[in-house]
Amino acid sequence: MTNSIGDIEEADCIFITGSNTTSSHPIIADRVYRAKENGARVIVADPRRIHIARLADVHVQQKLGTDVALLNGIMHVILEQGWQDQEFIDQRCEGFESLRDTVKQYSPSVVEGITGVPAGDIERVAELYARANAASILYCMGITQHTTGVDNVKSLANLAMLTGNIGRPGTGLNPLRGQNNVQGACDMGGLPNVFSGYQQVSNPEANSKFASAWQAELSDKPGLPIPDMLAGLEDKSVQGLYVLGENPVMSDPDSDHVSHALQQARFVVVQDIFLTETAQMAHVVLPGVSFAEKDGTFTNTERRVMRVRKAVEPVGDSRQDWEIIQDLSNRLGYSMSYSSPEEIMQEIAQLTPSYGGITYQRLEGDGLQWPCPDTGHPGTKILHQERFARGLGLFHGVEHQAPAESVDQEYPYWLTTGRIYTHYHTGTMTHNSPTLEREAPEGWMEIHPDDARKLGLRTGDRVRVASRRGSVEAAAYVTEDISPGTVFMTFHYVESNANVLTNPATDPIARIPEYKVCAVSLEKAA
Amino acid sequence: MEYSSVLTTCTYCGCGCNFYLENLDGRLTGTIPCKTSPVNQGRLCIKGWNAHEFVQSDQRLTSPLIRKEGRLVPVSWEEALDYTASELAAIRSEHGPDSLAFLTSAKVTNEENFLLQKFARAAAGTNNIDHCARL
Repeated sequence: MTNSIGDIEEADCIFITGSNTTSSHPIIADRVYRAKENGARVIVADPRRIHIARLADVHVQQKLGTDVALLNGIMHVILEQGWQDQEFIDQRCEGFESLRDTVKQYSPSVVEGITGVPAGDIERVAELYARANAASILYCMGITQHTTGVDNVKSLANLAMLTGNIGRPGTGLNPLRGQNNVQGACDMGGLPNVFSGYQQVSNPEANSKFASAWQAELSDKPGLPIPDMLAGLEDKSVQGLYVLGENPVMSDPDSDHVSHALQQARFVVVQDIFLTETAQMAHVVLPGVSFAEKDGTFTNTERRVMRVRKAVEPVGDSRQDWEIIQDLSNRLGYSMSYSSPEEIMQEIAQLTPSYGGITYQRLEGDGLQWPCPDTGHPGTKILHQERFARGLGLFHGVEHQAPAESVDQEYPYWLTTGRIYTHYHTGTMTHNSPTLEREAPEGWMEIHPDDARKLGLRTGDRVRVASRRGSVEAAAYVTEDISPGTVFMTFHYVESNANVLTNPATDPIARIPEYKVCAVSLEKAA
Repeated sequence: MEYSSVLTTCTYCGCGCNFYLENLDGRLTGTIPCKTSPVNQGRLCIKGWNAHEFVQSDQRLTSPLIRKEGRLVPVSWEEALDYTASELAAIRSEHGPDSLAFLTSAKVTNEENFLLQKFARAAAGTNNIDHCARL
């Protein structure tokens, strides 16, 4: 997030898109409720009538994969009406002409044709967002999990910059990160091209800094992202896979393909707390410990680094994850001798400029939001206040592009996927939590009454859902919360895992798979 | 009876709510939301209220396992770590460091993420490290 969670209450207008906030980030949804009580206007753009859409001043239901067109339409109206913040554009940004020329083609009537959103609603959204004193954008995987994921995010950035809604309280471009420490895993260099703090492995200065701190020769060639690792397993260029706390067999798109790739591996080691679907395929399984049994830190969606503290002894013979890694490293001939997670944090702070001022002592209380470059720095609540990280904010003219896969006679329905309130991701933790499991013990598929009638389906009937990659069965749930022609499933349940169906096509830059759009056929099951 | 409550951070979504984990005689019995947390201000969602439940599940892994004759069987830590290190070393020496790949995790701590990328880069010698940021 460019801004902070508490800051959402300062907004006069909140634009939520591609985020089922009440299900996936309930505590952030609370802030939206409070802002609404204080008079803020709420806009929701989501193909489904999600829970938070019920309190929205405007809810638009764009067709799957048409976000760029919708946002260009909104910006078209803003420019036509002269609602842009010209001073912000002139002083803080560049590339405005490219954006202006592109969105000129996206009149509300043209955009209505692409997105299915009435032209009048597009004008209303533009007015509410652009004329607010402080407008905040909240978005999540409904924006990013597309082959146009980067284009979608660039379009949201265009909208925020066009109206000067960045760098002030109550504004910002605020991705809600889905996993407790996905921000931290990125910050710590759990990515193929960067060390901690996003320092490029191919940058000679950064590479030699880490090489000298670590007393090791380090490759300057960026590594493989997940989709290429799987391809590497299949063509044997990758032979060994080490998986820490992740369940790709359930969570990656086209599950059958993932299982096939893992079967090709010479050696798979899984370090986890449960025998996940992925661990069941491993050659070695190493039992790590849960969050309640360890010390350390997590970094949340607003970049706040917070302490995790051990509350109970580990179960059985399970061991601290950092000790497992250290023991393996020593066996591999690279010496590590940390005595505690705190000692690892001292090294992180030394080598990572944005974490430079972070110590366990300073994290007592509220934690610290990075960038926090030195021990006298109070942390950063709002990014880009005076200038952008790159200097001037860069507008991108972005054209609408259709999703990678389209419906046809054989696969006539659109499928989109997401989380539900009581479960979390592949369910490794929530299915083992009796209270949560009782709330929602099996997966379902949401379908509009018009489509259900055509297929002879009622709520509770079994339905077979098939895509070009595989098929699963689920219980039908008939609801007007979804548009005709579109169905929705979760990926929490191994018996009806939507990721058997999803399309592994990825965004060319971010390599994020298009989980949110694929084509399926439906058939009432016996 | 021995009771303690320890302030920590939730393991589910990216909100990062703070709560106290209640420990009664070595068993986790509940969570208490932290009222002074700048994130959740004393509130929790259903997952936060029940975040202690899976921790001591009888389905937890309690011993290292190695696949022998097709089945995963319990072994000692010495055996599991020796075997893992020797397999990783063998693959590296036969096919080079880039024949190894690592998936780190959005569920583990910053310290553990930092250490695994250091292990991949400095000990194994490859930048093939990624995680589920896109999922």
